[in-house]
Amino acid sequence: MSASQKSSSPGLKPFTAMLRREFAGYFRTPLAYVFLAVFNAFAVSLAFFVGGLYESGIASLDRFFLYHPWLWAFLAPAAGARLWAEERRQGTIELLLTWPITVWQAALGKFLAAWLFLACALLMTVPVALTVGWLGDPDWGVILSGYVGSLLCAGACLGIAAIASALTRSQVIAFVTGFLACFVLVLVGYGVFDELLAGVLGAAGVDDLRRLGLWRNLEPFTLGLVDLRPIAYFLSVAFAGLGLSTIIVERR
Amino acid sequence: MPLIEAKHLSKSYGAIRAVRDVSFAVDRGEVVGFLGPNGAGKSTTMKMLTGHLRADAGAAVIAGFDVAEQAVQAKQRLGYSPEGAPAYGEMTVREFLRFAADLRGLADPAESVRQTLELCRLGEVAAQTIDTLSKGYRMRVGFAQAVIHDPEVLILDEPTDGLDPNQKFEVRRILKEMAARKAVIVSTHILEEVGELCTRVVVIAKGEVRCDESRDKFLARGADLNAVFRQLTA
Repeated sequence: MSASQKSSSPGLKPFTAMLRREFAGYFRTPLAYVFLAVFNAFAVSLAFFVGGLYESGIASLDRFFLYHPWLWAFLAPAAGARLWAEERRQGTIELLLTWPITVWQAALGKFLAAWLFLACALLMTVPVALTVGWLGDPDWGVILSGYVGSLLCAGACLGIAAIASALTRSQVIAFVTGFLACFVLVLVGYGVFDELLAGVLGAAGVDDLRRLGLWRNLEPFTLGLVDLRPIAYFLSVAFAGLGLSTIIVERR
Repeated sequence: MPLIEAKHLSKSYGAIRAVRDVSFAVDRGEVVGFLGPNGAGKSTTMKMLTGHLRADAGAAVIAGFDVAEQAVQAKQRLGYSPEGAPAYGEMTVREFLRFAADLRGLADPAESVRQTLELCRLGEVAAQTIDTLSKGYRMRVGFAQAVIHDPEVLILDEPTDGLDPNQKFEVRRILKEMAARKAVIVSTHILEEVGELCTRVVVIAKGEVRCDESRDKFLARGADLNAVFRQLTA
């Protein structure tokens, strides 16, 4: 080892090293494969057995995407629970914070790796779209926008999961609190819950609140409407979560 | 210019004042034994020196860079092994060291990993996941990630804790080999280590520096080092 080994400006290297380690980290344990299997099993069976995708006779995936807020609310916290909690449990957070990488770089690397992993899960459902294409003549643009919307929704749930993970050293606690927070965002905008709130907030108040729910923001994507507002909503939840979790880790 | 400077460092946890106004400096070629009873503030001081904890007051300077203000530059010049040598247990030794090398942006990470495996005698377990290693190997992995970039400053929190005599000898051997070119701080509560390894001694108790002197002066305090230690830290 010589002094020439030292690099004065590491540039993006620490960030990409982080991203690669975290992404590969998902596949180091069997958990990743369990996760992918569960996601697919639920995504497909909810669409076909609960949503009646086949019986509807319509070549569209809106009944498939309808359940994605539920799926992400459950599975994004499952994938995101390890982000910081595992670093704390193993004590490696102490290494990470004394290595020449900023907390922001590390947090972004972790977050993007987790998002990429969720994207893999989503990508594995493409056969559902192909089935619809084989059975009928769907609008592929609408299907694509549905996938984009679902991925953004996943990012928002992951942002919340990141906060939950930054607060604890237990992955279980991180998962449960992350799930509960996402669950609230799913409920906001569902019929039964709305009626309950209408008594308190009035009809206009409920409508305002619905705008903050996951489904209300995902719905336009499943209809092929790519609007700036839901994009901004999902991205702001995702990045607010990323930012807040980073601040929590930095403050420690 | 000293390579490590602790300038009036203080840190409280709630009402407990863990470290109070601790100052000392370490030059190149020095191996400072950082002694003190459990709970004296050794680890807290080291965590502030390495940038893991923010000091309430005072500053830590590594190779001329303030750890809080110029964190990345300071950390590039620093190797640190925390107490218990934490590591990503699910990675193999080679993967973990490669990650450390990549994260530090080393010019030839593969070569750095090869040399470090050799230096720390980790070659035979390179393909094993860290979780499956014995304590001695784990401690060496923690040491290896701290020296992979051949840093000017080395801070080791109880690097020989829980090792058998042979393993302790091995860690001291490696440290002595590289000490001449570096500034090293080693925390320990094993007093024999002072004579074998250190050139200087800093004793801390109740968060305050109680003694900062050369090894020879420290050893001359008395034949029974345990008694000397008790008296200094009382």
